[in-house]
Amino acid sequence: MTPFAADREPGLVVRALDSDIWHSFTRSPAVMIAAGLTLLLVIAAMFAPWVAPHDPTDLAKLDLLDARTPPLWLEGGDPRFVLGTDNQGRDMLSAILYGLQISIGVSVLAVLLAMTIGVTAGLLAGYFGGWVETAIMRIADVQLTFPAILTALLINGSARALLGNKAVDGAEFWVLVVSIGLSFWVQYARTVRGSTLVEKNKDYVQAARLIGISPLAIMFRHVLPNVLSPVLVIATINLALAIITEATLSFLGVGLPPTMPSLGTLIRIGNNYLFAGEWWIVAFPGLALASLVLAVNLLGDWLRDALNPKLQ
Amino acid sequence: MFAFVMRRIIEAAIVLIVVALLAFLLFRFVGDPINQMVGQDVSIAEREALRRELGLDDPMLVQLGRFLWNALHFDFGISYRFRQPVTELVAGRFPATFELALMASVFALAVGIPLGVYTGIHRNSMLSRFFLGASLIGVSLPTFLIGILLIYLFAVKLQWLPSYGRGATVDVGFWKTGFLTLAGWKALILPSITLGLFQLTLIARLVRSEMLEVLRTDFIKFARARGLTDRSIYFGHALKNTLVPVITIIGLQIGSIIAFAVVTETVFQWPGMGLLFISAVQNADIPIMAAYLMLVALIFVTINLVVDILYVVVDPRIRVAGGAKA
Repeated sequence: MTPFAADREPGLVVRALDSDIWHSFTRSPAVMIAAGLTLLLVIAAMFAPWVAPHDPTDLAKLDLLDARTPPLWLEGGDPRFVLGTDNQGRDMLSAILYGLQISIGVSVLAVLLAMTIGVTAGLLAGYFGGWVETAIMRIADVQLTFPAILTALLINGSARALLGNKAVDGAEFWVLVVSIGLSFWVQYARTVRGSTLVEKNKDYVQAARLIGISPLAIMFRHVLPNVLSPVLVIATINLALAIITEATLSFLGVGLPPTMPSLGTLIRIGNNYLFAGEWWIVAFPGLALASLVLAVNLLGDWLRDALNPKLQ
Repeated sequence: MFAFVMRRIIEAAIVLIVVALLAFLLFRFVGDPINQMVGQDVSIAEREALRRELGLDDPMLVQLGRFLWNALHFDFGISYRFRQPVTELVAGRFPATFELALMASVFALAVGIPLGVYTGIHRNSMLSRFFLGASLIGVSLPTFLIGILLIYLFAVKLQWLPSYGRGATVDVGFWKTGFLTLAGWKALILPSITLGLFQLTLIARLVRSEMLEVLRTDFIKFARARGLTDRSIYFGHALKNTLVPVITIIGLQIGSIIAFAVVTETVFQWPGMGLLFISAVQNADIPIMAAYLMLVALIFVTINLVVDILYVVVDPRIRVAGGAKA
């Protein structure tokens, strides 16, 4: 690129505002609401320690006398606890904000892990072909026979056996990230392999090879940027799935412990008090979870349509 | 046709062997089996004796061979936690999961297909729009939340249906069935709806989009020109042509029904294989996990095989293109 061309090119913001994606974004109110909701939930989660009225992680401050207080607007509500409290006297609103933080953290890291593994495997398989490709794609085929949640459960159980059920602090968090991450990589690998097969034969790759650039550099610096846009779509749709998977594993009791509750753990706790009519312990975390997943799903659908010119 | 079926069977066998290898690695290397079986006060000499007795010091290939041989005879060893043969435990739980999965599929098909046909024909009616909106929300609600919601409504508030267990069961040979008592049927309703709801939305959406596609084709226009009744056009001609993708999806979804049975069984404390598997994961009970892994793989691979063959039977075009020459 010559310096003159660079001078004339409009700035990043101008280009972004003029892009097709931005236009399709401003045309759809549902997508804008979904984006706003996602942003709100993510920001609330990120700043949970400052936004939350109480610190649910500080066990010393909990008072069992406050346990199972109903929400503010019901009889027996307490102005200190807007959404009521759980069985240990934890403020539900604060617990949900911290839980959001953990749920989003696990899911984002898991998707990043799946993406890294899948994209690398797809590039290697597509670029090198031969036995590398056969080995990688066979593994992918076998894993695809199983639903992701079962794979995640199996990896989770194996990790437990390896750690010997010893309570390593924070280990549950990383076990979850790894078990979800390892169960979602196949889709990326298959997509990236497909596009790499196409890119591999284009002139720029041949040229790069001729001037002696190493295969790894060609794959990651030159091919990767050209195969990335379907990966982004899969990642967004996967994020919703990862959030559900994390919540499900925690609900099943193999995810995060009650001392470090994610939304799924909160729902698991609340489920025990449903019969006593104390619905708020389960309802509010459930509502937070459902709206987060719905918003991310809407964003994913929109991104898929916006980035796929065939559908327009 | 024969060559096609043979190739699929060989592919299926390869997948099963790979899964068996994985199960063996899981069984042998994740955690020490001896440590799991004995208490801390057992001496090292006794441990070594047990190790020899169980053949855990034989060469790896011998152990692998024995593991595969035993697996072929449905022998997966003793559960670390229950101290019972895994096969007995799984076999005892199988009927519960089977009946639940069956009812969930029946529910999904019996409601999903008519709903899909209706929304496909009347694409702009109120009900169609309501369904499309509701299905998006349904996809975003995790299975366990739907279960909890149903329990709260129908078991806690209205108290119409039980919230956990199988109700009363009757022994038919080794098979404990809930189909023969009223309490058994009542206990089935909520879990089946919970498990089948996701499949229902999937099937309805699929049938709907296939119907929209087919109704645009020339042979439907021709059928109208011939003066056939709506009923015969919609059900005799259009629906029939949507069935190939529907069969595929249903086949593949049986896998996901089994997977999510784990979740549904936990919500409703349904005493099936899923509940057994979850407690195995919680307690790192490897023999049960290995057996479950292989059983599920066997079910999935068999279903995929059957779907592939059904495909050829249902759609003559595939038969002509792929089978005749092969």
